[in-house]
Amino acid sequence: MIQKKEFEEKFFRVLMFFSTLIIAAALIFIIFSVLYKGLPSISWEMLTQVPEGGFYFGREGGILNAIVGSLYLSTGATVMSFLVGLPLALYMNVHLVRYGKLVNTIRFILDLLWGVPSIVYGAFGFAVMTYFGIRVSLLAGTITVTLFVIPIMVRAMDEILKSVPVGLLESSLSLGSTRAETAYKVFFRQCLPGLSTAVLLSFGRAIGDAASILFTAGFTDYIPTSPDQPVATLPLSIFFQLSSPIPQVQERAYASAVVLVIIILVTSILSRMFSHRYQKNKINF
Amino acid sequence: MMDKFKIVIENLNLQFGNQPILKNICASIPENKITVIMGPSGCGKTTLMKSLNRLTDLNPDAKVTGSIFIDGQDILHTSENITLIRKKMGLLAQRPYPLPMNIYNNIAYGLRISGRRKKRYLDKRVEHYLRQVSLWDEVKDRLKEPAGRLSIGQQQRLCLARGLAVGPDIILADEPTSALDPISSQAIEGKFNELKKNYTIVLVTHILRQAKRLADHVIFMYMGEVVEQGPASEIFGNPRQEMTKSYLNGIFY
Ligand SMILES: Nc1ncnc2c1ncn2[C@@H]1O[C@H](COP(=O)(O)OP(=O)(O)OP(=O)(O)O)[C@@H](O)[C@H]1O
Ligand SMILES: [Mg+2]
Repeated sequence: MIQKKEFEEKFFRVLMFFSTLIIAAALIFIIFSVLYKGLPSISWEMLTQVPEGGFYFGREGGILNAIVGSLYLSTGATVMSFLVGLPLALYMNVHLVRYGKLVNTIRFILDLLWGVPSIVYGAFGFAVMTYFGIRVSLLAGTITVTLFVIPIMVRAMDEILKSVPVGLLESSLSLGSTRAETAYKVFFRQCLPGLSTAVLLSFGRAIGDAASILFTAGFTDYIPTSPDQPVATLPLSIFFQLSSPIPQVQERAYASAVVLVIIILVTSILSRMFSHRYQKNKINF
Repeated sequence: MMDKFKIVIENLNLQFGNQPILKNICASIPENKITVIMGPSGCGKTTLMKSLNRLTDLNPDAKVTGSIFIDGQDILHTSENITLIRKKMGLLAQRPYPLPMNIYNNIAYGLRISGRRKKRYLDKRVEHYLRQVSLWDEVKDRLKEPAGRLSIGQQQRLCLARGLAVGPDIILADEPTSALDPISSQAIEGKFNELKKNYTIVLVTHILRQAKRLADHVIFMYMGEVVEQGPASEIFGNPRQEMTKSYLNGIFY
């Protein structure tokens, strides 16, 4: 009996060790190969200039259009998703506690939406745009990405808010707070670290996705000056450069990938720092 | 002298799903007195306290029927805003749930949502309520620290202070001294005796001696029913029901 348990213990420890090893190795391999191929061709010029004529044939210029475009688009989409997502997630967990079935239905729908591939959002956005005769633009792309990101953000926030004990809700209400006060002053604070992680996760999904913006945001060599102009993005820029037969351009694709990874890394670190500052008031029940 | 009743419960029934938890509760709670609810674990004391504050609204499975009159108004069937009704009562839950903010703001929270914002006023009130629950000396130098860092007993007192700060008429306290040492318990008991001049207090406790020290009025419950209720002297001195008698003598089955 004891031996069996010891064997079980060992077995799962070894299993866990190897899973960790595989994941860590894969991650390191991906990051290193991107850095190895990309770092040598990163240059100041590349980060600060838009493509010149012939850029995709190996001539002068950079990917500033795609860097700024991606930041515009995913920041816009993250902000819009946040404005819709936070109230929805709070509403589900504070106002609708009484209606467990309804909340579970909403969760189910959001999970379905989460599972829909982003190319479908792109196709949907494209269909709507053609119907209304709207052309590819920063605005159309941002809206499509927002639709794609909302379920991700809401469900990520929801999972955090769900873990708040009922006792805290009861305490807040019995102090005479309204549901809204309970949501925004108590639940929001208790969950701030987790909520900011949800926002970051969404930003990462938004900036890394290519399929939803393929037909909706377009591509351009310029930095858009108004929301109705098309916009370039890093994933598409990588795609175009990588499709080039010229090795030099392909190397720049890896350099662009490095930029994308660094942006995600930096937001990740920033959000950690941010959430750490607010961690201290969280009650560990 | 006839007591004036602050809370009158009539035929209160509560089910979680199909399971009856409170059965035909009828009880009256006198104003400016301490009413102690006693009974074995699981008999429904906490549930009864929560019904008084309509926190049972939050439970998807709860079905409540009957009436609870507070100051003559039936809070189960009223169009009045539930938030205003809850403000009349300070509920001290069985487990303390401090708010996710610092100690100072835990107390100031209730004042702020009632529209008081002046710093000088808030400072004075926060100190006042913390002194009332004899917590001030322990925390006066760490008001800006998160409330979650306090010990459970300190959290319990903080939650009592927080409840008082909202300015209720009624204090519902569910085992308020369960995590306190005898000395702090006595301090809180003394506080309750003072507070009853201005508040109607409903207290759940498992400590018989505490009940005897504090109670003016006693409600004894068993398996979701009120077995016996009345003035403390009667219940403790001359209980009519066998069940009450054996519980008080500690030979409960
Ligand atoms: N949310 C809930 N859902 C289902 N059943 C519940 C719920 N809360 C309480 N109960 C049940 O209701 C009954 C009464 O519980 P309650 O917490 O009121 O007891 P209590 O008298 O306060 O006990 P204790 O002295 O241990 O605190 C118990 O049988 C409990 O299992
Ligand atoms: Mg209880």
